[in-house]
Amino acid sequence: MRRLSWFNATSLTLGFAFLYMPMVILVIYSFNESKLVTVWAGFSTKWYGELFRNEAFLDAAWVTLRVAIFSSTLATILGTAAAYVLVRGGKFFGKTLFSGMIYAPLVMPDVILGLSLLLLFISVGLDRGMLTIILAHTTFSMCYVAVVVSSRLVSFDRSLEEAAYDLGCTPWDAFRSVTLPIIAPAVISGWLLGFTLSLDDLVIASFAAGPASTTLPIKIFSAVRLGVSPEINALSSILIGLVTIGVISFSITTKRAAIRRMREENAT
Amino acid sequence: MKRAALILLPYSWLVVLFLVPFIIVVKISLSDPALSIPPYSPTLDLSAGWAGLTSFFGALDFDNFRFLTTDNLYWMAYLSSLKIAVISTFVALLVAYPIAYGMARAPEEWRPTLLMLVILPFWSSFLIRVYSWKAILANEGLLNQLLLWIGVISEPLTILNTPTAVYIGIVYTYLPFMVLPLYSALEKLDTSLLEAAEDLGCTRFQAFWLVTFPLSRNGIIAGCFLVFIPVMGEFVIPALLGGSQTLMIGKVLWEEFFSNRDWPVASAVAVILLAILVIPIVLFQRNEEKQREAEG
Repeated sequence: MRRLSWFNATSLTLGFAFLYMPMVILVIYSFNESKLVTVWAGFSTKWYGELFRNEAFLDAAWVTLRVAIFSSTLATILGTAAAYVLVRGGKFFGKTLFSGMIYAPLVMPDVILGLSLLLLFISVGLDRGMLTIILAHTTFSMCYVAVVVSSRLVSFDRSLEEAAYDLGCTPWDAFRSVTLPIIAPAVISGWLLGFTLSLDDLVIASFAAGPASTTLPIKIFSAVRLGVSPEINALSSILIGLVTIGVISFSITTKRAAIRRMREENAT
Repeated sequence: MKRAALILLPYSWLVVLFLVPFIIVVKISLSDPALSIPPYSPTLDLSAGWAGLTSFFGALDFDNFRFLTTDNLYWMAYLSSLKIAVISTFVALLVAYPIAYGMARAPEEWRPTLLMLVILPFWSSFLIRVYSWKAILANEGLLNQLLLWIGVISEPLTILNTPTAVYIGIVYTYLPFMVLPLYSALEKLDTSLLEAAEDLGCTRFQAFWLVTFPLSRNGIIAGCFLVFIPVMGEFVIPALLGGSQTLMIGKVLWEEFFSNRDWPVASAVAVILLAILVIPIVLFQRNEEKQREAEG
């Protein structure tokens, strides 16, 4: 077993310290008694209490959660269909345009996407609110889902699908009983990606949201523009905690599933 | 029949919500600002038939673009965004390379954990990660407290609300985008090549420079594009950490739209920003395709 050289060990330590230090400090200071964020005045959970009494934040969190669930689910359906069509669909009219439209939103700056969607909503006379945020988030999330799912579709053995056809499956049956179970991990990670992108998005949501539907990032942004507040620290710590639990449990379940699959394959 | 439906569903969604909005932006960038709702003219009047169509196209012009070239603010903002994007991409590469290298050289059973540690910040909120620097970089913030306590400085440094804070914020938030492609390029590297180089008399540094570095080229290119392109349009980081000193085009676009309510100029700013980004975006996609073919 090769050991880490001192150089690599140092760069890893410093690198991860840089990545995690700001977030660790933020979580520590969310338990600070003082209203001044940079002066430690003793341990307290009062800011968490304040947070849960703040109706505006709770409302915004509820809007954000609903938007994220709806848009990531829609995006998963559309994105999986798009990936399937791109990889398995053969040639069709305007395929280059289609794949261009899938990849472009991934690299396009948010301000441009947000601005263009807002101008569309206004010119068709759609009132801005939760619906417009969902439409906007679905549009960029579906592209991420399509990329994740299509990379899985490219790598898997096509002869499995062909075998299903030979055994008399219709294309839909083959998709449901062969393709879908194989690409399922990619579909799930696509959904999770869409979900977190939607939770996190500030710029596009600011363009697409109306005055009655404020999402959590918009709320946080307008609060932190003025300065640092212990309440936002508490809110951020909760969000960081949820993401950490989510990512770790997801990676543990996928790892377990992979180990189980390997055992089954070895057994047969 | 079913195939057609499967193609049409995502296709028409993207045409309606991606392509059409884009055409609208281009159209409004050619319109004139007006004190009405919507705040631009002309608007297309289909009921007037052919005459309405010709008067509509007749009224479109390049005035907004001419305006952008006459006002120094926009030039400065584009140039300053470009400068910030180039420098921070380079700094991110310098910071990310040793991390990715260390990860790729770590014992194999550690690598999934290290990889997850890099991805984890990427999943947690971008806004919060930028915000977390505010308390650190402020005049009475933790960094200044630490430096004063050590005795490196005798007076607090002003970092927050300067371009330096923007660089720190950008490098920090985009670091995973640089580390991941570098890691995937370095991990694939066959270490026997390095042994061969050393057997042939290379020093370790020469072996790195002649073998490892060129072979990680694809990772470097992908990482640089992944940082450079979004940073060009960045709004959140300069708005939170840059104060009024830092000029970036994303911020100008935002203010033009929300504060000045000048939609035609905001659209023209967006069109030019995209024109600047088209070259790196196309190059990036070519690079990705080439790599996919090489692996495929």
